Amino acid sequence: MPPKAPAKTNALGLTREDYKGTKSTLCPGCGHDSISNQIISTTYDMGLDQHKLIKLSGIGCSSKTPAYFLGRAHAFNSVHGRMPSVATGATLANRDLIAIGVSGDGDSGSIGMGQFKHVMRRNVPMVYIIENNGVYGLTKGQFSATSDAGQTLRYYGKNELPAIDLCMEAIMGGATFVARSFSGNSKQVQTLLRAALAHKGTAVVDIISPCVTFNNTPTSNKSYDYGKANEIPLHEIELIPEGWVPDREEIAIEDYPEGEVISVRMHDGSFVRLKQAGRDHDPRSRIGALTLLENAQMEQLFITGLLYYEEPRPTLADTLRLVEAPLAHLPEEKLRPSKETLANLMTEFM
Amino acid sequence: MGVMDKELESKTSYSGKKIVNDFTLTAATRNGTGSQTSNNVLVLSLFKMGIPVNGKNLFPSNIKGLPTWYTIRASKDGYTARPSSSEVAVVFNQDTAAEDIQKLPAGGVAIVPQEWHWTHSREDIYYYEIPVDPMVKEAGIASELRERVANMVYVGAVAHLFSIPMDIIWQALLTNFSGKEKPAKINFDMVQRAYDWSVANMVKQDGFSYEPMPGGNTGKIVITGNEAAGIGTLFGGVQVVGWYPITPSTSLIDAMFDHQALRKDPETGLNTVGIMQAEDEIAAIGTIVGAGWAGARSMTATSGPGISLMAEFTGLAYYAEIPCVIWDVTRIGPSTGMPTRTSQGDLLFIHFLGHGDTRQITLLPGSVAECFEFGWRALDVAEVCQTPVFVMSDLDLGMNNWVSEPFVYPDEPINRGKTLNLETLTQFIEEKGEWWRYKDYDGDGIPYRTVPGTDHPRAAYFTRGTGHNEKAGYSERPEDWMNNLRRIERKINNTRKTLPQPVVKTMPGAKVGILSFGSNDPAILEARDRLAAEGIATDYMRVRALPLSESVMEFIRKYERVYLPENNFDGQLAQIIRLETSESTQHMVSLPLGDGLPMTAAWVVENIKKHEGK
Repeated sequence: MPPKAPAKTNALGLTREDYKGTKSTLCPGCGHDSISNQIISTTYDMGLDQHKLIKLSGIGCSSKTPAYFLGRAHAFNSVHGRMPSVATGATLANRDLIAIGVSGDGDSGSIGMGQFKHVMRRNVPMVYIIENNGVYGLTKGQFSATSDAGQTLRYYGKNELPAIDLCMEAIMGGATFVARSFSGNSKQVQTLLRAALAHKGTAVVDIISPCVTFNNTPTSNKSYDYGKANEIPLHEIELIPEGWVPDREEIAIEDYPEGEVISVRMHDGSFVRLKQAGRDHDPRSRIGALTLLENAQMEQLFITGLLYYEEPRPTLADTLRLVEAPLAHLPEEKLRPSKETLANLMTEFM
Repeated sequence: MGVMDKELESKTSYSGKKIVNDFTLTAATRNGTGSQTSNNVLVLSLFKMGIPVNGKNLFPSNIKGLPTWYTIRASKDGYTARPSSSEVAVVFNQDTAAEDIQKLPAGGVAIVPQEWHWTHSREDIYYYEIPVDPMVKEAGIASELRERVANMVYVGAVAHLFSIPMDIIWQALLTNFSGKEKPAKINFDMVQRAYDWSVANMVKQDGFSYEPMPGGNTGKIVITGNEAAGIGTLFGGVQVVGWYPITPSTSLIDAMFDHQALRKDPETGLNTVGIMQAEDEIAAIGTIVGAGWAGARSMTATSGPGISLMAEFTGLAYYAEIPCVIWDVTRIGPSTGMPTRTSQGDLLFIHFLGHGDTRQITLLPGSVAECFEFGWRALDVAEVCQTPVFVMSDLDLGMNNWVSEPFVYPDEPINRGKTLNLETLTQFIEEKGEWWRYKDYDGDGIPYRTVPGTDHPRAAYFTRGTGHNEKAGYSERPEDWMNNLRRIERKINNTRKTLPQPVVKTMPGAKVGILSFGSNDPAILEARDRLAAEGIATDYMRVRALPLSESVMEFIRKYERVYLPENNFDGQLAQIIRLETSESTQHMVSLPLGDGLPMTAAWVVENIKKHEGK
């Protein structure tokens, strides 16, 4: 037998296999599995150290997925709709950790709407992925808050309530990075995840992810067919690493006419380069992003890409004026004031 | 007014009798008028005179306008429980004046604003009238301050009538205003004016007075339980605090803000503890569970309604074995209940908090010193046992001022429990060939844990509230489920020996036992003396933690009768004991109270005497 070719490795000398988790128990063909794969590819390509990552989730099909990627990272599958508070505490405990939260439309859009918005208001540094399929899967096919008005489901009939757009909610809530994608568009998902991981603040990535069992009918606007036929990417999106020197053949950023390309510098020194595809949208405009989403909702357009970006406000750890070192690593002498300090304090109460 | 109070009233006449340092003064005012400063100054003054004193605020759930009563008990014998009646009433709230005067025992004292032209409705008490409004107007105080400073008038009258030296009042004002002379002076001027007027116009008729007890309070402190708990928690090395405002726990968190300087890194001035106000109690507990999981010492403080919201997360933390500390400063329920009234009604709820089979560790402080101690100790217990630890204080202990010995510095170093870092994990795997998150390697039910950020390829594990095996893998196998729950049960049961043990006080020849917990302590101590005087000797055990120490059943077995006075409607400690034992507890008498007020010695005495047939 010919010797096997050595497996490809990343900057840490690890293979893509090393970034996998256990075998998925979701339905074959689930959009969520595709997203798990994009997380594996992205973190592998970036050469991220898994021990610095944490995976957090609530309850639901989406929230099961952290078991299926990054097997060497600590994970916490918590309670329904409350993943954001767990992420808040974990990143306060250790500000060096890179948090990836995985949630769904039920987890974030219904039971967890309060925490969804407050985590952004505080600018907790994390990638907040919503695997949005417009349906409750684990409880067998109820409408969620992102199900579109008029949509029909096998058992529950017609949805007569308007949908909540989680990207709009995120922008209103104070998120500093808001993107929408489609699990069928792996290249875009990966690029957005890369940018989100480089962002210093709450980065929301709402990924429309078809539920093959309960919500993949031709009439559903969260189905594969619908997504493939109707997705309108706002721009071609690229992530340019720090210190990147453009190839001769590639067109340098400056060569684009003004307004057609937007480049956004990320916290780690890399650039997100957005080449406009027809629609004139500058993601640095909050009102522009909201108008875009409002129009998309009215005209039933499935727009994807980086919707909103702002230079991040201080993160929660900064707002609370925490020391630079992770709290969890502080030695006892930093945690317990001295005996003399207590004695002095007692005199204030005498 | 209870049976006992009426008895007291009919039997006692203070007329002509000289009573020194052994009476209670109640100031009846309207909420939000600044009377808290006046009352605080009186408490601090008596404290500085060396007199054992306790102040209790009975306040409404209201910002401004509703009646509020503050009782100041001076007790030369050192009793600090709520008395069943007050001998002196400062009647400064017209809405309750009739009732306040009616409640006085014969020979009691009423201090009333002169301008009310209050008819002397009783002939068996002493009235002193003082022109409050004219005096405040004469003082030329800015109109926005008038109402607040008006309450200083009664401080001046009290100082004259019962002999509090004016220099002591000045010192107390300085302490009250943290040494700031300007506000102290504005208030002192009003006190002086009222004092001078009282000296010139009031003829002392009653027999009550305060006398200095030199050295009586030397070295002691005055502090609320919430301040003690907040400071204790800071000395325990807490790193993440998530909280949501709720009466009566808020002042515990406020104390942590007040003393956050204790936890500033001297080099950078940055904080080594993050205190975050959450959007609700669910987010507060989620934050501290996340922090505990990631290796920080974490805590929250709340009250009953908040505990209700925390049930799901604390059940998760119990099952997934994540350390965190939850202070419940209880108020009376069910429901919103009476938010400014005390209770011990959350005991059962806390102990079993979480759906399914849970038994939460609960510490039960009975003094401000224990609030401090359990502040730091709870963080150790949580990390050592890898589980949520509840501390149940209450409004009486938490929000009222108590005299205490200065707090004792923690007598043991911070204990982070079985937490493996890179080095110890490597060693562990070398020795054992494996490390599984939920395996009982030591036979004590406590597994070893790692925290995120540990740079070892085998450090990571999957934390979940779903069924899991020793390896933290998802499992629905009955054996795995039972194995895990049995280990957790073992872990919790072992704490019966390691948690703070009950405190026992005995008397020779006692055939009656009293078993209780928490802030009932002062009422029971006083009741025991009174009962002994009437020929009923008692031994007393104060429980300080759940699950119960094994010594509790030993105590119960020893006596002909055991009484369980507790401040909840259902007799919850008695219920827990009956759940835990198959022995006969027919000689155990549950004495539940739960009326929203701190227990009185009179109530304990009355009930035990009734059952003892005396």
